[in-house]
Amino acid sequence: MSQLFMFEKPLGMRDTLPELYEKKDRVRLSMAETFKLWGYQFIETPTLEYYETVGAASAINDAQLFKLLDKEGHTLVLRPEMTTPIARVAASKLLQDDLPVRLAYSANVFRAQQREGGRPAEFEQIGVEYLNEDTISCDGEVIALLISSLKKAGLEQFQISIGHAGFAQELFVQILGTNGRATALRKFLYEKNYVGYREHVQSLNLSSIDKQRLLKLLQLRGGEEIMSSAADIIENGEGKKAISELEELWNIVKDYGVEDHVKFDFSIVSHMSYYSGILFEVYAGKVGFPIGNGGRYSLIEKFGKKASATGFAVRLDMLLEALGGSQSETDCHCIFFSQERRSEAFQLAKEMREQGQKSILQDISGVNNLDAFTKKFAKTTFLIGGRNNE
Amino acid sequence: MNDILTIAMPKGRIFEEAAALLRKAGYKLPPEFDDSRKLIIDVPEENLRFILSKPMDVATYVEHGVADIGIAGKDVLLEEERDVYELLDLKISGCYLAVAGLPDTKMNDVAPRVATKYPNVAEAYFREQGEQVEIIKLNGSIELAPLIGLSDRIVDIVSTGRTMRENGLVEYERIVDVTSRLIVNPVSYRMRDTQIDELVSRLHEVVSVGEL
Repeated sequence: MSQLFMFEKPLGMRDTLPELYEKKDRVRLSMAETFKLWGYQFIETPTLEYYETVGAASAINDAQLFKLLDKEGHTLVLRPEMTTPIARVAASKLLQDDLPVRLAYSANVFRAQQREGGRPAEFEQIGVEYLNEDTISCDGEVIALLISSLKKAGLEQFQISIGHAGFAQELFVQILGTNGRATALRKFLYEKNYVGYREHVQSLNLSSIDKQRLLKLLQLRGGEEIMSSAADIIENGEGKKAISELEELWNIVKDYGVEDHVKFDFSIVSHMSYYSGILFEVYAGKVGFPIGNGGRYSLIEKFGKKASATGFAVRLDMLLEALGGSQSETDCHCIFFSQERRSEAFQLAKEMREQGQKSILQDISGVNNLDAFTKKFAKTTFLIGGRNNE
Repeated sequence: MNDILTIAMPKGRIFEEAAALLRKAGYKLPPEFDDSRKLIIDVPEENLRFILSKPMDVATYVEHGVADIGIAGKDVLLEEERDVYELLDLKISGCYLAVAGLPDTKMNDVAPRVATKYPNVAEAYFREQGEQVEIIKLNGSIELAPLIGLSDRIVDIVSTGRTMRENGLVEYERIVDVTSRLIVNPVSYRMRDTQIDELVSRLHEVVSVGEL
């Protein structure tokens, strides 16, 4: 083991300094405010969970979990995402009376990074889960809320790409017959390897019509007009259901008036078999990675309760990156005082604070470099010496 | 909103073939394009910006989204495993990854060693064969390793095989065929779909001419 440097932090762990904290807090609050206005209630769950339950149910790669042992020798994990813990709480407590439940969270999650270790291994996710309802209205609400909250946070240029987990799966099974043979193709899609996908399709012993259907899947992205192309390559059953769900979703999104931010993409397949229906990713102009994602899942079943749910999570650090570096303006007022006028200064600060004006009380004898310190504030007042000399 | 599309190009061997392909697809690239020493070349008339990088780094630029598109060898994609869309086999710069070594030698039983520029590919390959080998990462002149006894085997890219022959090495196993691929950042792929689809279809047309 190499020796640790004095200021070193565990790999991927970062400090949030006041300026960044304030920015983050503003974004978090504006998102949270929107969630609350839509009637979502915030909850908290423990940072540590059991590996055997939440760890195993989570869609996050085992290698990315931080594991540790408790006193009894049980393996614990630092929660790698919030959906699974919420599914656990929901199954055990919140779904007793079988009604729809709207929950929100903002919490730090932990994922060990395999590549470029300096990437954040702890980051904040803010999101919602809409539990125990399987109407498309519910998927639509979650997407509309996502758009509304991102706008409220100040993001202008972003796009939500919506797909359906059932479509590709059904197409593969219809053409290839078995789930096992579908897995190979799904893997290519998941790995974004379209070259490999095409080669694999060409190597299969299929009619050229079926091959064309499989290849066509890669082109199914765009506006609502692609629905009819999608309908052309799928036969009846689950696949058609996927299309009609997306069509209904499109109408819902239009009724919310947020269709400008929405596109469709049938080739989106997320973590192997995690999502069960409509799923989506959020992209922002300036960031090279998706800033958030979500969709419908049946995860709660792993905790013994039959219930469908949908939700999304946005990565706060990515969202901040997308929002760009607007200089945070300081709106704090600094009152310098000396002993003689201390009580007057305290009175002034009290008045300011009551009016909601941030103010600092600074004993002038405690500051060495007055010029440098003064620059940090929007306004200053000097209450020093025997007389009034502002 | 800027609509300039940024393309990461690998310097060296693949560059010329890739540039020729783009020209064939109807992109007007200036003549000084080929022997420029600049790292960033703007082609405003095509609304394109090219960044010239080490071949091994192309996928990194694309993954981070500082380049929307890149041209990278399959060897790089296998080694780097970046989260990018691999959209098109450009069928240029064909070569393959192979295991090579001195003729009539066997892997050392006590300390089997493999030298390579592709530690991930090499490790995965030998693991697949059920073998535990020590991977030694080198940055170039891989052929040297068996000659001076650093390793019994190397995993390296072979295009004509000349370097290997001239250094008295023979090929033992062929791992995978390599050609250059068109790769795209996942966010660009969705947010700039019209621009990217056009480029992909123009290149696809040129590439698939030879196929039929």
